[in-house]
Amino acid sequence: MLRMVRFFAIAAVFVGLIAVARAETARVAAASDLKFAFDELKPVFERNHPPHRLELIMGSSGKFLQQIENGAPFDVFFSADVSMPRRLVNSGKAIAPVTPYAVGRIVLWSTRVDASKLTLNDLARPEFRKVAIASPEHAPYGARAKEALKAAGVWTAVESRLVLGETISHAAQLVDMQAADVGVIALSLALSEPLRRKGGHALIPDTLHQPLEQAWVITHHGRHNVAARAFTAFMGTTQARQVMRRYGFLLPGEKTE
Amino acid sequence: MSAAATTLGLTGDEWLAIGLTAELAALTTVILLVVSAPLAWWLARSRSRWGQVVAALVSLPLVLPPTVIGFYLLLVLGPQGAVGGTLERLGLHHLAFSFTGILIGSIIYSLPFAVQPLREAFAAIDPRVLDAAATLRASAWDRFFSVVLPLSRGGVLTAVVITFAHTVGEFGVIAMLGGNIAGETRVVSIAIYDHTQALEYAAAHRLSAVLLGFSFVTLLAFYAINQRVMSPVKPQ
Repeated sequence: MLRMVRFFAIAAVFVGLIAVARAETARVAAASDLKFAFDELKPVFERNHPPHRLELIMGSSGKFLQQIENGAPFDVFFSADVSMPRRLVNSGKAIAPVTPYAVGRIVLWSTRVDASKLTLNDLARPEFRKVAIASPEHAPYGARAKEALKAAGVWTAVESRLVLGETISHAAQLVDMQAADVGVIALSLALSEPLRRKGGHALIPDTLHQPLEQAWVITHHGRHNVAARAFTAFMGTTQARQVMRRYGFLLPGEKTE
Repeated sequence: MSAAATTLGLTGDEWLAIGLTAELAALTTVILLVVSAPLAWWLARSRSRWGQVVAALVSLPLVLPPTVIGFYLLLVLGPQGAVGGTLERLGLHHLAFSFTGILIGSIIYSLPFAVQPLREAFAAIDPRVLDAAATLRASAWDRFFSVVLPLSRGGVLTAVVITFAHTVGEFGVIAMLGGNIAGETRVVSIAIYDHTQALEYAAAHRLSAVLLGFSFVTLLAFYAINQRVMSPVKPQ
């Protein structure tokens, strides 16, 4: 009996050591609306939490959902919605809890015209030959953009002129390269340093769409990853929240003014 | 944006992608040469009616969209797939989103580019030369290495260069199967796509220029060497 206990104790220490030794890098799959905020947060986190390191992989939440379901080695998933992390928990590919970390907003943005004067109703005008949004199929920002266009009553007028980006930052790229005249993109991207210089934006009223509540979840693959835990904890610190706020995110426990 | 140190104007991440691409292309080329040589020989010499079926199968990757290959491979190599699932049950790791996975994808995707030039070169060899070698008691291995290979050096060179270059230029299969993981599956073409989507144009430009330069120099060298190798041997 005693030998058994000792064996398990040694085994537990060993497993623990492996977990600590291996878990210094966290692979973070993050929705692309987080691109600029996370680029800024990564060095701050790594400076404050040596020897942990982050490997950021940006993409559409829908693609990450599919990849994690197929066994992709991501440790933590920062989705652009709440339902995809929940689906992963339900299918056993992620570990509860699903934790909300921000509420995003969508804006009209253009590098051709001053978008700060535009409303969704203006998109019905034929001068906007191409309108970029993220794919409503697998990008939550695209789904919310579609809802807003419908709620504003311009969906049928705009539908044939839509170009779909794979992610919300791809939609921004299409506008940036003027492949589209105007686009519905994330406020967090419109407020970023490179995009703010190129064009103004107009906030789309959040009464026109479901809230863009975003949540993270630790994946089954990342269940022993200490760096992933440390990073998710770091996201709750004042320092991280300040950065997220600067990119226009509304944070859990805060109210719209 | 990233403060990573630069060498020759490229960041560490970019060198990582270039190194990974070179490793993938080199391994694919070596493995494909070994696999393709007997296959091409059989296709060139066999009178079997299965020859056409095998030839069609080998050529499939020329016609199929890379997304189809990537999708099927994801199903087969993933944790629920025939291959990936078996590996998981054996306590090993499935192959989706791994270097081994994209290596398998590359081998399948570039197979016709290795088999086709070898097959043509082998078919052009006069069987009487081989018969003569056999009469001189050269073993099968000896005939292959001393007669067949030297006579088909143009085909071998074509197979090597085109397979390597084609693997470097691969995108769709890896996009489906790879998952964009640095040092594992983020090859140059994927990194470029990633950079453009993330609005990092400077990085996209740098890596695109590397690929453009590489492709042109490779093809130029290929045509220059090929002309010399393919031309009949003349006394100087």
